[in-house]
Amino acid sequence: MGTRYFGEPVRRREDPRLLTGRGTYVDDVRPPLLLHAAVLRSPHARARISRLDASRAAAAPGVALVLTHADLPPALREPLPRLIPHPALVHHKTQYALAPGQVRHVGEPVAFVVAESRYQAEDALDLIDVAYEPLPAVTDLEDAVRPGAPLVHDDMGTNVCAEYTQRVGDPDAAFAAAPHVFRERLRMDRGAASPIETRGVVALWDAQTRELVVYDSTQAPIRIRNYLAALLGLPQNHVRVIAPDVGGGFGPKIMMCYPEELLVPHAAMRLGRPVKWIEDRRENFVSMNQEREQIHDAEIAVDADGRILAVRTRFLYDSGAYIPYGIIVPIVASTQLVGPYRIPNYECTFKAVFTNKVIVSPYRGAGRPHGCFVMERLMDRVARELGLDRAEVRRRNLIQPHEFPYDTGLIFQDNAPLIYDSGNYPALFARALELIDYEGWPAAQAAARREGRALGLGLALYVEGTGIGPYEGCRVTVEPSGKVYAATSVGTQGQGHFTSFAQIVADALGVDVADVTVTTGDSGAFGWGTGTFASRAAVVAGNAVALAARAVRDKALLVAARLLEARPEDIELAGGRAFVRGAPARSVALGEVAVAANPLRGTIPAEWEGPGLEASRYFAPPRGTFAAGCHAAVVEVDRETGALRVLRYVVVHDCGPIINPLILTGQIEGGVAQGIGNAFYEQIVYDPDGQVLTQTFMDYLLPTASEVPPVEIAHIETPSPLNPLGVKGAGEAGVIPVPATIASAIDDALGTRITQMPLSHQRLLELARRAPVGAAAGGAA
Amino acid sequence: MKPAPFRYVAPRTRAEALDALRRYGSDAKLLAGGQSLVPLLAMRLARPGIVIDLNRIGDLAYVRPARGGVAIGAMTRQRAAEDDPLIASRYPLMVAALRWVGHPQIRTRGTIGGSLAHADPAAELPAVAAVLGARFVLANARRERIVDAADFFTGYLTTALGPDEMLTEIRLPPPPERTGWAFTEVARRHGDFALVGAAVLLVGDGEGRCAEARLAFAGVGYGPVRVPEAERALAGERVTEALAAEVRRIVSRSVEPEGDIHATADYRRHVAGVLAARALIEAASRLEVRT
Repeated sequence: MGTRYFGEPVRRREDPRLLTGRGTYVDDVRPPLLLHAAVLRSPHARARISRLDASRAAAAPGVALVLTHADLPPALREPLPRLIPHPALVHHKTQYALAPGQVRHVGEPVAFVVAESRYQAEDALDLIDVAYEPLPAVTDLEDAVRPGAPLVHDDMGTNVCAEYTQRVGDPDAAFAAAPHVFRERLRMDRGAASPIETRGVVALWDAQTRELVVYDSTQAPIRIRNYLAALLGLPQNHVRVIAPDVGGGFGPKIMMCYPEELLVPHAAMRLGRPVKWIEDRRENFVSMNQEREQIHDAEIAVDADGRILAVRTRFLYDSGAYIPYGIIVPIVASTQLVGPYRIPNYECTFKAVFTNKVIVSPYRGAGRPHGCFVMERLMDRVARELGLDRAEVRRRNLIQPHEFPYDTGLIFQDNAPLIYDSGNYPALFARALELIDYEGWPAAQAAARREGRALGLGLALYVEGTGIGPYEGCRVTVEPSGKVYAATSVGTQGQGHFTSFAQIVADALGVDVADVTVTTGDSGAFGWGTGTFASRAAVVAGNAVALAARAVRDKALLVAARLLEARPEDIELAGGRAFVRGAPARSVALGEVAVAANPLRGTIPAEWEGPGLEASRYFAPPRGTFAAGCHAAVVEVDRETGALRVLRYVVVHDCGPIINPLILTGQIEGGVAQGIGNAFYEQIVYDPDGQVLTQTFMDYLLPTASEVPPVEIAHIETPSPLNPLGVKGAGEAGVIPVPATIASAIDDALGTRITQMPLSHQRLLELARRAPVGAAAGGAA
Repeated sequence: MKPAPFRYVAPRTRAEALDALRRYGSDAKLLAGGQSLVPLLAMRLARPGIVIDLNRIGDLAYVRPARGGVAIGAMTRQRAAEDDPLIASRYPLMVAALRWVGHPQIRTRGTIGGSLAHADPAAELPAVAAVLGARFVLANARRERIVDAADFFTGYLTTALGPDEMLTEIRLPPPPERTGWAFTEVARRHGDFALVGAAVLLVGDGEGRCAEARLAFAGVGYGPVRVPEAERALAGERVTEALAAEVRRIVSRSVEPEGDIHATADYRRHVAGVLAARALIEAASRLEVRT
C-alpha cells in the first residue's frame, strides 16, 4: 500500500482558493440580466394586515415585480412544508412564503420586490403601503404558557404545540426514597448562529428547456431541490440546486424552505430573468432561524456518596412563531442531558411553546448545550451540598468502559434507541484533569487569591449523538487521466470535506490526495441525500465515500488483473498505478485501467457491474454513534467590573479515529469560540413588544480573537462499531459544554451559583457583589 | 442594506468642502473615515441629501508642533496619530486611549476629527480631549472659530458645530511638566465602545502631590463627563488608597449614566467609580518626583 492519508494533518486543499478570494459564494454568482430582490418585513411582532397596496412600488423606477401573498400561485400560498412530524407535535404550524393577512414575528416577510438593482428594490419597499393593526404579542417564554396569554396562533387555544415525556426506570419512587434531592431552575437565552455569509439565493430559469438552476447558501441542496420541484410544479430532474462555497451554516441553513428560497425561483420563472436575493445582516437577525431559549426545572436525587439515583427535568422550549423543523431540539436536549453518567431513573418532560419571535430550529449543539448545562450544574450542586470533590462526584457516576454498548433507555432524535456504542469516559476525564492540573489547582487558586485575584476552574463532560441516518451517498469515478472524482450528497459549509473525503478516496485507490477532486452540495452532481447537520457528514457521507472508493478499487483490481495477466488478489494499487505484488515492473497506470474498463469493442464482463472505473454507494447507519468529551477551563473574574477572562481552555475529545487532526482542531476551536459567545456575549434581546434590540454586530456580540483563548486539545480514539471507518461526528463537540464549563469556573472563583446563560459584565458583577468575598465553590474540597 | 439615494461630492480642497457645506448645510453629511456614517447610511438611519467626502482633501491630515503643543488635522487617521512620535512623546495618554478605539483595521480608516465630531457618548477620544484641554477649530466658508472641549460637546451625538461648519483641526496645548496619566475602560469586548471609560491626567507638584487633577469619563453621559468635585478633592493632595477610595465614591455618586441593553445605569455608575480609582492609582504611579 502507498501512503495512508487517513489520520494525517493534510492541509485543507480548499484554503488557498478561499483565502485568496477565489471562492464562489452565492453573491459571487452574477449571470447576465440579473435582477435583485428585497423583502418587506413586518415591523410588528403580532398584527393583522388590514391594507396592503403595492401599486406605487410596482410603478417605481427599475421595479420588475412586486409580490404579496395574494399574488402567489396556490401552492405558495399554503403554509410551507412540515419537515419532521412527531406524534407529540399536535400543532405543527409552519411559516408562509408571504404573510396572509397576519404577521407573527418582527421580520416575517410581507412583500417581495424585484428590481434592476438592490438599491431600487429597497427604495421600492418604502413605497409599499401596509396598514397594520397591532395585536398584543407574547415574547417571554413563561408568559406564553400562562392562562390568558396572547395566542400566537388563535385557532389553537394555547401556545403549547407539543408536550412530550420520556421516562426510564421509576423516577417517582427513586425521588421519594432518596436521601438527598437538589433542585435548580436553569435558563439559557436565545442566540443566533451568525454565519459570516448570510443566506442568499440566485435562480436561473430557462424557459426553453424548462430547467431551473438555483444557487442557494443551504446545508441541504438536495432536499431543497425536492421541495422546489414539488412546490413549483417541476420534475425533480428539471431542478438543480447548487450550494456553492457556503460561508458557515451552523444549523439554520438546514431549514427547508425559507420563504426566499421559493420566492426567488418563483420570481425568476415569472420574469424569465435571473433573480438574486442576498440576506443582509439586519435581515439575518430577524429572518434566519435562531435557538437556545429553554427554562428547566431540574432535580437530582443522590445517595450519601453522591451516586445518582434519579434525575428529572421539566422544561419549556421556545419555538418562536412557527415550528417547521418539529421538536428535534427539545428531544435532543431531553435525551443528551444524561451525558456520560449512569442514571438508573430518569424523566424528562418538555413543552414546546410558540412566542412572537423568530422561528427556532437547530443551531450547533441543538439542545445539547442545554442538556449539558443542566446535568453539569446538578453535578456541581451535588458536590457542593455533600462537601465532595467535583471531580470525584463525576468519576463515581461515569459509565465504565466495559458497559458499552450502553442503552440509556431513551429514544433519540432519529427515532432509534439511544445506545452509546462505544467510549471511554474515565480515560478522557482523567486526561482533562491532568491537562488542567486539577491536583495543583487548590494551591494555584489560593496563590492567586493572595494577590487579590479571583480565579476559578470549571469542568464539564458531555456525550454527543452524531452520525444519524437516514443515509448519504457518493459516486467515485476514475477518469482516463487517472484523476479521481468523488461526488457526494452532502453540502459543505467549511467542514473541509474537499480534503477529508479526498483522503479517504486516496487511501482506497492508492493515489495522491491532490489527484482526488471532491464535489459536494450540487444536486446535479449527486441527486440523493439528506444534508449536512447533526455532526453527521464525516460519519454518514464519509463512510459512503469509503464504500464507493472501495468498490471502485475492487473493480480496478479486476480490470488491472486482466491487463497484467495476474490474479486480482495479487494486484496492488499505489502511486496512481496498479501493479503485481512483488513485481512492480508489471504495472499499469490507474488511468489506463479506467480506459480498459470502458472499451470500444468487445464486451464488459458481468462481474464488472457496468463500464468504467466508477461506483456509487450509500451508507445508512442503523442509529447514531456517540462521541464524548470533557472541557476544563480556568477563568479570572474582575470582582469590581464583572469582566471575565478565560485564562486556559482544555478540551479532551473522543470522536473515534481522526480523519484529519487539523480539520478536527478547527472544528473544536470554532465550537469553543461559539460556546464562549453563548456563555458571556451573545444574546438576542427582545423587548416586551417583540422588537429585536440586537440587530447589528455592535449590539449582538460575537466573541473575537481578543475574547477567545488558545484551546489546548487532546484526543482519545474509541472507534465506533457502527460504521466501516469507525468514525464519530465532531461538528458540535466544541460548543456543547462551554456554558456549563464557564459556569462551573465562575462558581469556583466567586462562590456563586450560576443558573443562567449567557452572562454579561453586568450579571457577573451583580453575582460577584452578592457573593461572599473569599468563598470558593468546590475545587478539591 | 443599501443607502437611500443621495448625491455625492468629493472636494479636492478645504475651500471646496466648506463651499459645499455653505450650499447644502443641514442636508449634507461629511464623510471622514466612514466608520459610523457608512453603516448609518446603509441602514437608512441617516438619509442625507448629499454626502461630502473629505477623503480627497490633501491638507486635512497632519500632526505638527504648534506653540509647544500639537495641531492635529481633523482627517488624521487614528492609527496615524497612535503611531505619531510627537503625540507619543507629548500625549502618551492619547496613544493609550487610541488603543481602545475599535481594532487596528477600524483605526486605519477612522479619523481623529470624525470621532470627535460624531461625539458618541461612549467614545474614548472626547474624554481624552477633555482632560488634555483640547481646542477645536471650526471653520465655515467665511471664518474660523475656536471652541474649548468643554463647550464643544453639547448633547447626545451633538456638538457646537453649525450646519455649515466643519471641524478642521484639534489643538492640544503644551503638556504640563510632570504629568501622570492613565486611560482605562470596560467594554463588553475589546474594541467595543466603552461601557465606561476613564481618562485621568494629574499635574504633579514635584513632591508627589497633584497640583491639579483632571478626570473625564466616557459612557456615563452625553459627552465626556468631568467630575469637578473629584478633581477638587485631589488638588494639592498625594494620591493614596484612601483618597482613591474617596474619589471612587464621589465619582459613583456624581455621574448620571443611562442604561441600555449592555449595562444598566447602576452598573455604569459603579464601574465609573471603580475605574476612576484604578486610573488614579495608575496615573499617580507615573508622577515624577523632583530629585
